[in-house]
Amino acid sequence: MDLNFTPEETQFRDQVRAFLAAELPATLSDKVAKGKHLSKQDLQTWHDILNARGWLASHWPVEYGGTGWNPIERFIFENECALANAPRTIPFGVNMLGPVLIRYGTEAQKRHWLPRILDGSDWWCQGYSEPGAGSDLAALQCRAVRDGDHYVVNGQKTWTTLGQYANMIFCLVRTDPTAKKQSGISFLLIDMNSPGVEVRPIITLDGAHEVNEVFFTDVRVPAENLVGEENQGWTYAKYLLTYERTNIAGTGYSMVAFERLRKYAGKALKNGRPLDQDPLFSARMARVAIDLENMKLTNLRVIAAVAGGGAPGMESSILKICGTRIRQEITSLMRRAMGPYAQPFIADALQSDAQAEPVGPAEAAPVSVQYFNNRKLSIYGGSNEIQRNIIAKMTLGL
Amino acid sequence: MNFELTEDRRMLADSLGRYLREQYTFETRQQIAASAQGYSRQHWQALAELGVIGALFSDAHGGYGGSGFDLAVVFEELGRALVVEPFLPTVLAGRLLAEAGAPAHLALVNRLIEGQEIVAFAHGEPQAPLDAVHVCTRATRAGEHWVLTGQKAVVWHAEAASAFVISARTCGQPEDHGGLSLFLVPADAAGLSMRGYPLIDGGRAAELSFDQVRLRSDALLGRAGGAWPAIERALGAGLVALCAEALGAMDTTRQMTLDYLRQRQQFGQPLGRFQALQHRMVELLLEIEQARSAVIRAAAALDDEDAQAREQALSMAKYTIGQAGCLVAEEAIQLHGGIGMTWELPLSHYAKRLIMIDHQLGDADFHLQRYIDLTRTPATP
Repeated sequence: MDLNFTPEETQFRDQVRAFLAAELPATLSDKVAKGKHLSKQDLQTWHDILNARGWLASHWPVEYGGTGWNPIERFIFENECALANAPRTIPFGVNMLGPVLIRYGTEAQKRHWLPRILDGSDWWCQGYSEPGAGSDLAALQCRAVRDGDHYVVNGQKTWTTLGQYANMIFCLVRTDPTAKKQSGISFLLIDMNSPGVEVRPIITLDGAHEVNEVFFTDVRVPAENLVGEENQGWTYAKYLLTYERTNIAGTGYSMVAFERLRKYAGKALKNGRPLDQDPLFSARMARVAIDLENMKLTNLRVIAAVAGGGAPGMESSILKICGTRIRQEITSLMRRAMGPYAQPFIADALQSDAQAEPVGPAEAAPVSVQYFNNRKLSIYGGSNEIQRNIIAKMTLGL
Repeated sequence: MNFELTEDRRMLADSLGRYLREQYTFETRQQIAASAQGYSRQHWQALAELGVIGALFSDAHGGYGGSGFDLAVVFEELGRALVVEPFLPTVLAGRLLAEAGAPAHLALVNRLIEGQEIVAFAHGEPQAPLDAVHVCTRATRAGEHWVLTGQKAVVWHAEAASAFVISARTCGQPEDHGGLSLFLVPADAAGLSMRGYPLIDGGRAAELSFDQVRLRSDALLGRAGGAWPAIERALGAGLVALCAEALGAMDTTRQMTLDYLRQRQQFGQPLGRFQALQHRMVELLLEIEQARSAVIRAAAALDDEDAQAREQALSMAKYTIGQAGCLVAEEAIQLHGGIGMTWELPLSHYAKRLIMIDHQLGDADFHLQRYIDLTRTPATP
């Protein structure tokens, strides 16, 4: 038993810290720390900085331009980025599609698409969910019919995160409507600029435009954009869903958010004394702090197991449920800490180039928005109920 | 970073686990738990010969372990088998004797390690059983002697002990950390009376009463008035032990419940097919894994010289274990339904032990408050 990083791992962490100190623009980390919405340009700027350092594709082997990091290095990197208030890397191309292409794509597909992911030529989004296929993803109905050298796609995708910025979408489409529902699905790469593609915004309860609906009407997609074999898409989709899991618990985000809460509770007053001296509030803070400490170690245990050659199965589900519960509780406490100043909704104050004067404490502006936005954590990526089903299936074997 | 047990500790866990599975069956355990002695001399001896007690003490004190992970490995196995023998009193009293460190004390520790003698630790008191420090028992100097007066509450395995390590106040107020002293008191000392009783989760304890008990001056362990740091460290070892024991008991309880849900048929299918029950089982798994992390951190922290970090980790673990242990116990009974209510089912005894662990050395509320206090003010050095 040794709970400490090895000297090599500590050295790597210091390298990451030095890089973040030197290369992460204060304008970006400041926006992240204040909970402002990031513009497409903000996200692209960070993408380019990481790419210039060669640290963008943390899941890819070196031969494809990746870092070749092991799970522990990847965890350290992601954690340090979160602690430094770095923007999130947009995962769809780098973390999701990239590994699928590397595993299942043709040489031509890898040569064409992978460099374009790295240099930012393509902005990818994910076409999985449909109005009738949420948790039951395999019920998807978006149709692709082969027509000579093309597929013709008709149907609808939804919850398409940052689809408004994207020029490419990877989609699960039904190519065999007669087969059992998991067996008739294919994995198709679609140019969003093709005739017949329409993107419509979905405004979420926090007033944000983060997700979209994407409609396909007789969209012609070159057959060479099929990944792997026709009707084998479900296998690739599952591979993708279980791939990016080292940071699923988001412990770094929780640590930053808790630190923000701790600072604020130390100065906000309730009944004439700091909020962190209030018995009920301090007990809630302590509970989540302890859960988070436990989570950090649970996360490291899983990563050490994966680094030792294990495959994360049930553990990813454990991390997702525990991690999202903690993140949601911290944002909930931050909202409570604001008292009546959780109410004002100055949407302009959260824009990337905000000029609007905030109301109440400076920390209050994003708090309710983040609280409502973070309800998504236990819904997306396989809802926490689906994660429980997965664990139950693995442990009960029924 | 490495979460593997060392080869030595794995072997210790294996041989202890094997002994308990083969020799300390549930039926045997039940007989011992309900016996007048509250433990089995024969098994205690055998476990001593296996080296299990020695693993709880360092080389310097005549053992061959004594670190947080040694304690954790042993107590996790003890928890799996619901062992009632006096391991916890041995850790607590043994550590205090070892720390006192005179040749006579180390000789006594050796007899503990060999299973020849049992010494219990008597610290908590009837007036304030929920406090860690509230000590009213007084020791006053009378020439060459100390005279001890007071009461001690729920002293585990008191009737089996040949002697007690007693905390008493030689000066100061009941709540003070300063002014506490430790004494080694023979069980047959004049003026010491005892009311023994069985415990709801098996084994026995007693209320102790000291009425003008005269002790020789060498009964004092360590320095008069300066015992708190030693007590805190011994309690820390006790916390790691209890938390690890709870972890073992939780694993077994969860496994028993899983087996039952697979096998019990209602409405024409195994209970485990019902999602309402599946998700509750998953909740237990999550809490147990989080508790496992807490125990690992506490075990690693036990030997930390940084008192703040050490005591925080210990309180975090006991809080976590208190929460998780009670949840696992209550849910396991509920998921079993009526049969979970029966004395006959082993599970119900695991549930009782898990709940009672929350009543030993401070419950979840106590340690949550202590954690909060520790994050505000530095721990005693």
